[in-house]
Amino acid sequence: MAGAIEVRNLTKSFGTFCAVDDVSFEARAGEITALLGPSGSGKSTVLRMIAGLEQPDTGRIWVGDEEHTSKTPQERRLGFVFQHYALFRHMNVRQNVGFGLKVRKASRADTQSRIDELLKLVGLGPFADRYPDQLSGGQRQRVALARALAPRPEVLLLDEPFGALDAHVRQELRRWLDRLHRELGVTSLLVTHDQEEALELASGVVVMHRGRVEQAASPVDIYNRPATPFVAGFVGASNVLRGTVREGDLHFGTSVVARADDTEVGPSARAYVRPHDVLLTLGRGDRTFPVTVERRTDLGWLSKLQLRLDDGQAVFAQLPNAELDGIEEGGHVYAKLRSTKVFPLDGEDAPAASGAGGTSQPLLRTSDENETLTSRAGQT
Amino acid sequence: MNTAQTQERPQRPDIPAGASGRPSGGRREKLVPALLVAVALAYVLVLLLGPLGGIIYYAFKSGLSVVGQTFTRPDVQHAFYLTFVIMLITVVVNTVFGVLMALVLARDRFPGKRLMSALVDLPLAVSPVIVGLMAVLLFGRGGWFEPFFAARGIQIIFALPSMVLVTIFISIPFVIRETVPVLQELGLEEEQAAWTLGASKLQTFFRVTLPNIRWGLLYGIALSAARAIGEVGAVLIVSGAIEGKTETATLFILRTFDQFQDQPGYIVALTLAVFSIVLLIGIEILKRKRTREAG
Repeated sequence: MAGAIEVRNLTKSFGTFCAVDDVSFEARAGEITALLGPSGSGKSTVLRMIAGLEQPDTGRIWVGDEEHTSKTPQERRLGFVFQHYALFRHMNVRQNVGFGLKVRKASRADTQSRIDELLKLVGLGPFADRYPDQLSGGQRQRVALARALAPRPEVLLLDEPFGALDAHVRQELRRWLDRLHRELGVTSLLVTHDQEEALELASGVVVMHRGRVEQAASPVDIYNRPATPFVAGFVGASNVLRGTVREGDLHFGTSVVARADDTEVGPSARAYVRPHDVLLTLGRGDRTFPVTVERRTDLGWLSKLQLRLDDGQAVFAQLPNAELDGIEEGGHVYAKLRSTKVFPLDGEDAPAASGAGGTSQPLLRTSDENETLTSRAGQT
Repeated sequence: MNTAQTQERPQRPDIPAGASGRPSGGRREKLVPALLVAVALAYVLVLLLGPLGGIIYYAFKSGLSVVGQTFTRPDVQHAFYLTFVIMLITVVVNTVFGVLMALVLARDRFPGKRLMSALVDLPLAVSPVIVGLMAVLLFGRGGWFEPFFAARGIQIIFALPSMVLVTIFISIPFVIRETVPVLQELGLEEEQAAWTLGASKLQTFFRVTLPNIRWGLLYGIALSAARAIGEVGAVLIVSGAIEGKTETATLFILRTFDQFQDQPGYIVALTLAVFSIVLLIGIEILKRKRTREAG
């Protein structure tokens, strides 16, 4: 029952604003694909065009072997889950879930057994007679999902489904959706601005920025081999450091720090370094550079460190305490980069690079910091 | 007032703060709301309940037999019948076109929408007498549309069609005004969810949109029904108030006063007033349901 979703050269403008600009990608059959990007990147518009709720200016959409481009939402028979649930507030849970079957004139017996089946699946059997305003946000979204799945759609489209929920419920629903998807295997396209959600749930990630696709790849490749400075800055927390490239090597000041083979242009470059890829040693070694420890915050099993390069740039590091013997505030030590991604300085701008070279704060997206930490702590 | 007190305090440290200032200030603070309540009560008593009491008194002054006689008079019965028919047609037309207009105003974007939204209120701002005159100018002798209808033998002016027409014109804004905000509050997502679940536009309207706006809509319908029953000016101009033919209940009241036969007029007036009060109570109940719906 699962079909792949394919979009080709989708473009959509609202007035003079180009929301979606020549977007093409494929969501593989039976898998979860994430459309990841900051708000305003056009990801929701793409999803709504696939659902038929917006008409693309140009471009084509297929689901399975069928072209959907000019079909109405009713003809497409896709499941759609809204961020704010969009439950029918004058209907109880049963009526909500059964709506899609009823309007398609399914037989009464079939409708009732399908509703029971879905309520069991989403664990809301005891709440069948409640109205949406008597349910919590997480329960409402599960009803919305059951409602979308009831008519057995070929694909499921989820528009920031956990965006309106608090962090704890979001985590729980994420694991629940993962289990549910393994059970059902319905092709799913998930719109989210939460990179952790995308990396955790999806087997394919499409990163969008300013209406364009920045990179479409597996989560591992998105994380470890970002194709553009934007992806490098957006997915995972990154330091952005200015350096120079000479003879294929990245330099910070006079220190050679890393290979930069795939950066064809130089000499000015921008290196994206994740906090856990900064290693610290007391002595100088191969490809190390001197740093000053300005601040060390001990979080029990790991520490967050604010480091300063000789040229004034700040670096943020995050390492297990076991690897930090003898590293103290005010100390002059050496840093080594486990891995880094180097881009030419004058490339497209990235979210974290606006104040490159600023000296007061480490250039780091810290908003996801806490979540990253808690999820890791949960795993150990 | 409070700032004045705090400024005073340091100069009189021997007097406990607030001991001197609060009672007079408190009295004054209570005096203003009490006055307002008194004015409001006086308003209700003198201007609303007083006349109602007067009508009740005069209606029953010469005994119940006159009441019975009045209701058996053919012209009175016809007047009530006509008022009822006009109200019924008005309510049906207002509901259908009011909802359509509200949907357009709440959902669609088009040039001139703000102008259109302002024009919807025009009937509320224009005197009903002028509305009646406008209808006469369009459909009366020498009017723009008169030849068209006259050629087909349809009488508009001095007949039911024009009376219904002006009543609709005057009362439809209530339906539109009450429905637009509810539609805006509802948003589009529930309807879009219905579409993705396979519901046609018509199914979506009757199963999703209408149930969501029903209390606001009913409230608007009740208001416009009350307005339709009470209309005099416009109906007077277009109907000619022909006894037993184009005379509504309100026009009957008007005639009885002209002919100095007050009591039947009071009895009919009281009947209309009772009907309006029942409608008003209904409206209040709907209002409460509607606020619960919005909340």
